[in-house]
Amino acid sequence: MNRRSLLALGASTLAIPAIIRPSFAQQATITGAGATFPRPLYDRWSAAAREGAGISLNYQSIGSGGGINQIAARTVDFGATDAPLTEAQMAERNLFQFPTVMGSVVLTVNLPGVQNHALRLTPEIITEIFFGRLNRWNDPRIVELNRELRIPNIPVSVGYRADGSGTTWAWTNYLSRISEEWRAGPGFGTSVRWPAGNGARGNEGVSNIVRNTPGAIGYVENAYAVVNRLITTQIRNKAGNFVRPVNESFVAAAAAADWTVPTMAPDTIDLSGPNVWPITVGTYIMLPTNPVADRVEGSRNTMRFFDWAFRNGSQAASALEYIPLTTATHDLIRSRWAQAIKDPQGRPIWTGAAG
Amino acid sequence: MSASTIKAPPIGARRKPGELGDKIFQWMCVGAGGFVLILLGAIIVTLFLGGLPAFERFGAEFIWGTIWDPVEGQEEFGAGVAILGTITSSVLAIIFAVPVAFGIAFFLTELSPPWLKRPIGTAIELLAAVPSIIYGMWGLFVVVPFVQMHIQFAFGEQLAAIPLVGFLFQSTNFAGTSLFSAAIVLAIMILPFIAATMRDVFDQVPPVYKESAYGLGATRWEVMTGVVIPYTRISVVGGIMLGLGRALGETMAVTFVIGNANRIATSLFDSTTTIASVIAMEFPESLTGSLQQSALFAIGFLLFVISFLVLALSRYLLRPRLK
Repeated sequence: MNRRSLLALGASTLAIPAIIRPSFAQQATITGAGATFPRPLYDRWSAAAREGAGISLNYQSIGSGGGINQIAARTVDFGATDAPLTEAQMAERNLFQFPTVMGSVVLTVNLPGVQNHALRLTPEIITEIFFGRLNRWNDPRIVELNRELRIPNIPVSVGYRADGSGTTWAWTNYLSRISEEWRAGPGFGTSVRWPAGNGARGNEGVSNIVRNTPGAIGYVENAYAVVNRLITTQIRNKAGNFVRPVNESFVAAAAAADWTVPTMAPDTIDLSGPNVWPITVGTYIMLPTNPVADRVEGSRNTMRFFDWAFRNGSQAASALEYIPLTTATHDLIRSRWAQAIKDPQGRPIWTGAAG
Repeated sequence: MSASTIKAPPIGARRKPGELGDKIFQWMCVGAGGFVLILLGAIIVTLFLGGLPAFERFGAEFIWGTIWDPVEGQEEFGAGVAILGTITSSVLAIIFAVPVAFGIAFFLTELSPPWLKRPIGTAIELLAAVPSIIYGMWGLFVVVPFVQMHIQFAFGEQLAAIPLVGFLFQSTNFAGTSLFSAAIVLAIMILPFIAATMRDVFDQVPPVYKESAYGLGATRWEVMTGVVIPYTRISVVGGIMLGLGRALGETMAVTFVIGNANRIATSLFDSTTTIASVIAMEFPESLTGSLQQSALFAIGFLLFVISFLVLALSRYLLRPRLK
């Protein structure tokens, strides 16, 4: 093959995508980065939306903090976070946030002979354990609550997330809600000053501590506990009932939350209601309120993507152990899009019909 | 081609191009050497500037402060625990690794049958090729449960009863991820560096020295301690320092097994943390421009300073013998 025919071949291969492209005019690509927790769901939605809505999503799960950093720097079309921004933080970075689904955090234990959903724990006991002051499992306070179980006499080992994470944010938020002392001490955040225990990396790291150590207790995302068949506990909620970490309890929490607050990030921790699981959290998407001209399309497509996902993706969410929001909440999010996100000319980017 | 290179070039006409080549080569070498200095300087400056807000806020206390609280609104950062954890885990690793490395080098140079030298030497060098994340996983799934079940649960109470040093083994942490596990994993990671250096320098001892000692009736052990070690001391210490340097900066493997607790370990079985693992754990979730991120830059800078001090110290200790 001489040089001329090589060139011709090269030119023709270059030309092929150019010819094909017009037939894919609908196919848009959006980029997002952030929280690791919703990644499996966004991946599932992305695969389906490529067919269903003609939008392909490139999502990098770099962590919630990374998501906030990236969208604040406007290097992606949207950021994702598990720890929602406050109104001031949103205003400072010109961001608008909305929830996509909820997740729940559960306690898992390694107690030989204790079955899934069997162990009952009260907020007081949980606080004492995480402060490192309750050192043995056969403590009278635990035995008293669990008369029908045989609790082994082994030391308590606390496992927590050492990497900054939304799971820690939710869990420490719960701890500061149930304990005045915790709120004044370690407080809540994506990583805190743990008074006791061992840190591990990721949900899988905490599960590993719990699986390997008899007497260990740790908090993980429920999806993780279900998939890995970890032994989870009951927790006494605000109403005074012991609730099991099952779907009805989580859905009850989603229904009890008030999504109409300005940040769209209501308090979902320790809500009132007879069957409410106390530790549920939303996971959020952040969009710029003032996208620059060449980012407008990305913002519009992001909203189209989630609009499509709200209408078609709830089943996939449930299948992956996430808690879908109610239809009323979805409608509220759409109306907020129209109010909050404007193009450089000041017109709303979301017009509702584009899907 | 070969004929022309063998013949000496005629003087005059051919000389200039050769000189130009030499000049270019010389400047390339200078550039390559200078590049390392510039790069290193740039890294230090970047880390220092990044950490400046934390240094300004906490002053010198940042270095020995033991509180590490990234919670928004009550931020307070001190590198004390991480620095102490970094140094203790590395020093423990050296204590574990050096005798084993010495044994390996002694065996390979003095005792091993020739057919066994090759496979063992290669195996040692392969240990250095294993990625640190693999050591971390192996540490988590093998070393940690072993330390927990067969050392801490089996001997912990007896060891804690020993007077004076018992506190070193007295711990309420039973998860297995501990300073001790981290030191073991680190020791195995740095073993190949130390062992390979020792073997190479032991091999370089002139045979006639050893033969003279043997001729005087010395045993193998006496030859080793009386001839080989004094002759190679500087290089042996150099190899150990190389291992120490590696241990100070090791990140992922330690992160997996040390327990990541910002508390001073009073016992070998307590969990603690190191500078590198704090950075690995918290950097991805820290907000740009936040005090937390600045504190992470600052401890990165301190790690640099510590590594530098260790190397400088080893140089200083070796200086009188370098002549």
